[in-house]
Amino acid sequence: MSPLAGPPRRVIAWAIPLVIALAVLPFAAPPYQTVLLSYGLVFAIAALGFNLLLGYTGLLSFGHSAYFGVGAYAVAFVVKYLKLESMEAFLLAGVLASAFVAALFGVLCVRYTKIFFGILTLALSQVLWSLAFKFFWVTGGTDGLRVPTPTLLGGTVKMTAAGGQDKLGFLSHRYYYYVLAVFVICVAVMWVIVHSPFGKALQAIRDNETRAEFVGVQVWHYRWVAFLISGIYTGLAGALWVPLNGLTTPDILYWQFSGKIVFFTVLGGFQTFFGPIIGAVIYNYLETYAVGHTVYWQMVLGVVLVVLVLALPAGIVGTAMRLMPRWRRAAAP
Amino acid sequence: MDTLLIHILNSLLYASVMFLIAGGLSLIYGVMRIVNLAHGNLYAFGAYVTAWAIGAVLGDAPRASVALYALLPVGALAAGALGAVLEPTLLRPLYKRAEEYQLLITFGLLLILEDLMRLIWGPYPLSISALYEALGSLHIGESIYPTYNLVVIVVGAAAAAGIWAFVYRTQFGVVLRATSQNMRMASALGVNVNRVYVQAFSIGCFMAGLAGAVVVPQQGAVLGMGVDALILAFVVVVIGGLGSLEGALVGAVLVGAVRELGITFFPEIELAVLYLMAAVVLLIRPAGLFGRA
Repeated sequence: MSPLAGPPRRVIAWAIPLVIALAVLPFAAPPYQTVLLSYGLVFAIAALGFNLLLGYTGLLSFGHSAYFGVGAYAVAFVVKYLKLESMEAFLLAGVLASAFVAALFGVLCVRYTKIFFGILTLALSQVLWSLAFKFFWVTGGTDGLRVPTPTLLGGTVKMTAAGGQDKLGFLSHRYYYYVLAVFVICVAVMWVIVHSPFGKALQAIRDNETRAEFVGVQVWHYRWVAFLISGIYTGLAGALWVPLNGLTTPDILYWQFSGKIVFFTVLGGFQTFFGPIIGAVIYNYLETYAVGHTVYWQMVLGVVLVVLVLALPAGIVGTAMRLMPRWRRAAAP
Repeated sequence: MDTLLIHILNSLLYASVMFLIAGGLSLIYGVMRIVNLAHGNLYAFGAYVTAWAIGAVLGDAPRASVALYALLPVGALAAGALGAVLEPTLLRPLYKRAEEYQLLITFGLLLILEDLMRLIWGPYPLSISALYEALGSLHIGESIYPTYNLVVIVVGAAAAAGIWAFVYRTQFGVVLRATSQNMRMASALGVNVNRVYVQAFSIGCFMAGLAGAVVVPQQGAVLGMGVDALILAFVVVVIGGLGSLEGALVGAVLVGAVRELGITFFPEIELAVLYLMAAVVLLIRPAGLFGRA
């Protein structure tokens, strides 16, 4: 039995206390921790979208930096050319732009599987990177583009100097709740998607493409829709990420960022629904910790990845799920 | 006319280096069906080892003696040796697992090697430009052209000829091709597949290291050079066909020419054009110009 098919009641019993804990966090933890967790939640949205392709459709994309970057740059362009500061406008721009790019790239990529799919997504994402890198009069080149602190909920929630709110205060409270709300909605929607007939069809394609085709699943069409949804999620994450970072640079379009998204997902476990979320949050802590303590942080991450692949291929959540029944049995008299 | 000649020489220079890197990558994929994301780091490793070894011998001497060129292959040998260590320890346990894991472990290796080079040789570039200058320059019409660039072109051409003779004219080449076409059958006929794999991987790494070694007098060894080179090597391999050496050669010449044209006529979209070329080839002929499906 797949661990995904667990009864929703048990999942809800886990999820509600967790969301409550996340909701009181800004009052309990220092602002820095809250901002750090915001980054983790944003990456979790990207990983969730990515895993619709890897875990549920069986396609390994090595070019998801494209959609994250498109989401982020769409926001920066909205600021630069339309002079908007509303977060809702940012999200709309990020979603529309990444949907457009994912729809286009998807048409090209979903004709292939396995390594060809991976390399094609990689090549296309590199096209965008090189454009962002070279067209500096539009994109700011390696300096990137600045994005100011946005206003939330149609301009009703703002960062006001008079109210004693500085940028860190804004990001660690109001913006954190905004990210948390979007995150919860994204998780709920993704849960519905993967448990819908559409999600089941994707899993059928992953497990046996030929059989899926024989029972009447339009493989090409389903893969394209999955690609599109996946790209939109990652683009939405990119749009949420920019105000946190305050700046968007071509680095987030570079293929190594795609590698990071794969890393999140495998760290948590791509064969589970919650794995990518846990993986993204933990990765974010791991990277922040490693960067803060050593210049050789890439090596730390590399060693973690190598050990993970060799020793824990099911990831953190996947391994825990396998061990849980054993613990239960051991605990029972 | 002279400018045309210089453009052609520059394209060939670039093609030589790209063939060495991409040829190794393609050989490894052809035999082992592994896309080695750390391949660019072996190229950088070759560059660093060569720069370090020659720098140590050269000391503070203002002029390099020609004998030092004999030390260039050190980087290639070091990269080959590193490959011989990496394949049995990290890759061998993964052949039976899904492709995703093979990509990921080489991605992890990329991160480790990148910082290992920072750890050993520090964050600053190493250069041995004395070797680049020692050969002087040629006059081509009105322009001058560094003689060393011709050395790189010759090395690239010699490597292409050498690897062709090796794969198509030796007994080991037959075993290599047999393993590449049908690993199980070769194994059943008594080929020691593990040994072929480690040899193929080492040769691929040797070629990458050789590219680094011949490039380093001209460009120096810098952090990040491997990561950038890897993606261009991908472009070459995808255009030529994954696993095809002839394809890598044709792909390298094409990429060299497009790059030289790009730098001259459309510098803003030069890289984008290269990546688009790879995407277009994948869309029209997924196996590449010379690949088997």
